[in-house]
Amino acid sequence: MTKAFAFLSRRRATGRPLHWTDIAAYIYLGIGVVVMFGPVLWLVMSSFKTPAGLLEFPPSLLPMSQTEVSVPGQAQPLPLFRVTMPDGQVRELVQLRRIGLVAQMADPKDLTQTFRVPVDKREPVRAFSVATGNYTEPLRRFDFLHFLWNSVFITVVATALTLLINSMAAYALSIYEFPGKNAALLTVIGTLMIPITIILVPVYLVVTELGLVNTAWAVILPGAATPTGVFLLRQYMLTLPRDLIEAARMDKASEWQIYWRIILPLTLPALAVLAIFSVMWRWNEFLWPLAVLTKTESYTLQIGLNAFQGELQTQWHYLLAMTVMTLLPIALVFVFLQRFITTGIGNTGMK
Amino acid sequence: MTLPAPLGALTTLPLRLLDAPMRALQRAIGERRMPYVFLAPNAAFFGLFVFLPIAINLWFSVTGGPALFPSERPYVGAGQYAYLFECGSYIDPNSCREDHFWRGVANTAKFTAFQVVAMVGLSLVTAVVLNMKIRARGFFRAVYFFPVLLSPVVVALIWKWILQRDGLLNAAITAMGGDKILFFIDPNWAMFWAVLVSVWAHMGFYTLILLAGLQAIPADLYEAAEMDATPRFRVFRLITLPLLWPNMVVVIVLALIRGVQIFDEVYVLTGGGPGSATLMVVQYIYETAFSNQVQNFGLAAAASCVLGVVLFCLTLAQLAASRRKGA
Amino acid sequence: MKAIARTLVLGLALGLGVAQAASAQTTLRMTWYSDGNEGEVMADLLKRFESKNPDIKVVLDEVPFKAINETLPVQLASGQGPDMARVADLGGLARYMMDLRPYLKNAATWEANYGPFLKWMRVPGDTASIPGYMTQLTVTGPFVNKSLFEQAGIAMPGANATWQDWATAAKSVAAKTGAPFPLAIDRSGHRFFSLAIAQGAKVFDAAGEPAVVDDGFKRAAQLVVDWHKSGVMSKELWGSVSGAAYRGANEEFKNAQVVMYVSGSWQIGQFDKTVGDAFDWVAVPSPCGPANCTGMPGGAALVGIKATKHPAEVARVLDYLASEEIAGELYARALFVPGNLALAAKGIDYKAASAPAKAALKVFGAAVAKLDPVANQLQGYTNNRIIFNAVISRLGQTITGETTLDEAYGRITQDVAQQIAERNKK
Repeated sequence: MTKAFAFLSRRRATGRPLHWTDIAAYIYLGIGVVVMFGPVLWLVMSSFKTPAGLLEFPPSLLPMSQTEVSVPGQAQPLPLFRVTMPDGQVRELVQLRRIGLVAQMADPKDLTQTFRVPVDKREPVRAFSVATGNYTEPLRRFDFLHFLWNSVFITVVATALTLLINSMAAYALSIYEFPGKNAALLTVIGTLMIPITIILVPVYLVVTELGLVNTAWAVILPGAATPTGVFLLRQYMLTLPRDLIEAARMDKASEWQIYWRIILPLTLPALAVLAIFSVMWRWNEFLWPLAVLTKTESYTLQIGLNAFQGELQTQWHYLLAMTVMTLLPIALVFVFLQRFITTGIGNTGMK
Repeated sequence: MTLPAPLGALTTLPLRLLDAPMRALQRAIGERRMPYVFLAPNAAFFGLFVFLPIAINLWFSVTGGPALFPSERPYVGAGQYAYLFECGSYIDPNSCREDHFWRGVANTAKFTAFQVVAMVGLSLVTAVVLNMKIRARGFFRAVYFFPVLLSPVVVALIWKWILQRDGLLNAAITAMGGDKILFFIDPNWAMFWAVLVSVWAHMGFYTLILLAGLQAIPADLYEAAEMDATPRFRVFRLITLPLLWPNMVVVIVLALIRGVQIFDEVYVLTGGGPGSATLMVVQYIYETAFSNQVQNFGLAAAASCVLGVVLFCLTLAQLAASRRKGA
Repeated sequence: MKAIARTLVLGLALGLGVAQAASAQTTLRMTWYSDGNEGEVMADLLKRFESKNPDIKVVLDEVPFKAINETLPVQLASGQGPDMARVADLGGLARYMMDLRPYLKNAATWEANYGPFLKWMRVPGDTASIPGYMTQLTVTGPFVNKSLFEQAGIAMPGANATWQDWATAAKSVAAKTGAPFPLAIDRSGHRFFSLAIAQGAKVFDAAGEPAVVDDGFKRAAQLVVDWHKSGVMSKELWGSVSGAAYRGANEEFKNAQVVMYVSGSWQIGQFDKTVGDAFDWVAVPSPCGPANCTGMPGGAALVGIKATKHPAEVARVLDYLASEEIAGELYARALFVPGNLALAAKGIDYKAASAPAKAALKVFGAAVAKLDPVANQLQGYTNNRIIFNAVISRLGQTITGETTLDEAYGRITQDVAQQIAERNKK
């Protein structure tokens, strides 16, 4: 307790007393944590609820589900309720049927004793329980592992391809002077912000002509030559010292060797940022795969999830579980590479 | 920063394999022509998947008919554009022939305006807060950045779940004594949440850009101000803001560009509804080309050319802004 | 340039390693959607076919109904589609369907059993081709939550009750029992027309061209708008999505939140499986309007696709599936109203059906006889999807207050004319 008090009333690192803006800052940050993490946390907790649990209002924080009792003579276990009887007594009864506003209920120990109970007089008996079925059921129906593989394959190959060809282009545009350089540079910059949405149909056509529809390559190839990537890498390469290159040339190194033995290792920070961006973009890509992947076995995780959503409009218990599974991989990446990502964006390209 | 040795060897293997052929190539064409070799793969992809489609798109926009292949499409001149722009008054979508397009334009404009203000404002505040001398800055920075990593489908589904008729938000509202609000059947609420969800998902990115800008401001300026006992807000107004301005412009233009292109989250969150209250231009293009019963590729292409022009202008603005910054 | 690109890309594509060695087995792809369990039934039937015909393998691609409507047409337009598909927009996709006749041994049986429905699958002007068979015939009609009526103590309207009678009754029941949706109609132009034609809409002019907005149509549109205003229909269904997007209310009905749900016979299988004894549900005859008491016919057909590389094999698969015994099994197990005349005459023994399902099937079967000629004409019209989409999209806008009803009428006429013209451009 004293430690907490000391923490709260301590002075700022610089030794000055706490200004009201500091307190406001911490409050803001606290709210930020709740607002940023809260929804995701709620998603995860809701994903463990049973369909009945999801239907109730107001929703409970923890996944709870109704206790069920196996009774002789009934194939399925029956739900248990706490019922307020007309005489004021509170009993625990199982429900046989529910029709509109009236439930037919019975004493679990003696099924011949039945009661007609209005639904507002009963309360379910609940206990904490985790509905893992929400995760396992769809894995049977929703080919999650297959979609996961598709997403991973696309992301990894696309990132490798992007890193390679973007760095080559950036190298050409930063180190050399050659006729047509300015034109090339202008084109790169000019198309910096043209999203694929604008040229959706023609790219679809090109992909169709190349016979790539419904393959992973239809998703990998069109986005490989990102102008943002070239721009980012070029900015960084411009800051590299030229004398290293001159020295290497004097040592009879070929241009290719200079590129990958000298320049690439020096550009590693920028390459890392581009890699992270690329992984993010590719993993989360939605519109283009939606248009070009129409066979279920070629779906990526995002498209599969969307199709799943469309098909089972309101089967939230499966939907939530699948959403959690879709966001897990990127969350893991985040946990491990968080420092890279957040410092990298600040450092590179935005100078 | 080095990769662990075996990983390094593995990734450079394909590059190493190309050593000999590349040297031969260099000998053949000379060192001066090597840049073209480096530029070639990127240029090839670019040409095939960006320029060719842009050209085809232009052709689509001047042709009609239901065929997908350009050779099967009859030329109609400016017909598609005429159809698109035929309006009694551009402000009232109802008076236009292609009212969905203009509704999309109006919605996108509304969305972008709100989003940019909210995004830049909140990012600025957050960046300033993160720049203060607080403990666990790395943790908080990560917290704000976390939603950026989530995919649009996931983001939209998370919020759709919270905003449901029987969702968490309505539970909070009824707990405080109010009535349930059906957010998705009210056009204003739907737009509000579209903006908010988009801001929630992306503000971390802009916060980091502004934070980098703030950290680039020399500390001696602040020390000087402190010695003069300048009140905090004056410091902010006279030192921080002017020096941060170039970054702010970048953020504003980036947010503008993103706003105009918005599709994914809104499409999954509201589907463009209720009615067409959150129908954005990109969704209009997508549906006209792909998901309507009758695919109208020509009209979609015309609309996307219009959007392309707008985006191009915004891109030029962004470049002019960053150039002035002294790139 | 393109050739270089193609070589480059194909070279890369080889790395995918999908190269299949030339095998004696032909693999066919069938795109399928399910409302209930028909996907499982079809998988079962295909397995049996494969055991009888080891040189053919059929891959069953199960996709959501949305994909059939949205992405399949683009696939077909680009020549990238499957070999067979179960489709609902028969007229719209007719131009992609193949003629099985040259490959069939007994085309005459096909004609006899599926004759009247083959018309729906042909392009205008074609009178001879056989593209596929009806996996089911459907009729629109209402499902009613009988238990809610009992709870409210209100009697269900009788056999020849009007739409207004049912609307009033449903509203009272909902008020008494707290159900949020008194009347729910699928957000679909097809369903809307069962209401419209009953109100006297003729849809076509004397020359057979679309003349959608007439008095009957306006009566129906006004009813729907009024119902949304008075709360008989909730804005949550029609008002929550945009454009021509479909929105059904089967989940809400299964959760006993809907008093009366106007959908169609394809829901029987699903309801049978999932409602259980949570409440009593019945199918009732379609309500009446001033003109008639009709529903709308429909159905999905399993057709061969023109662009297939294995037409003879496709014909063999479809011939097997369309045979009386196999088709009959599909209808019986999936609880479908048969689209095969011989089987319809004999009657299907729905062994697996529960009592409510059997009763419902009977009601819908009887409704087939009451179909109005206009309804049949509309279902068989090639461009009917254009009409349905235009109507539902504009009425949806009226419901959310974006346009007035009169504006909507103008737009519907315009949309229909423009899209038909676009489709016919050569």
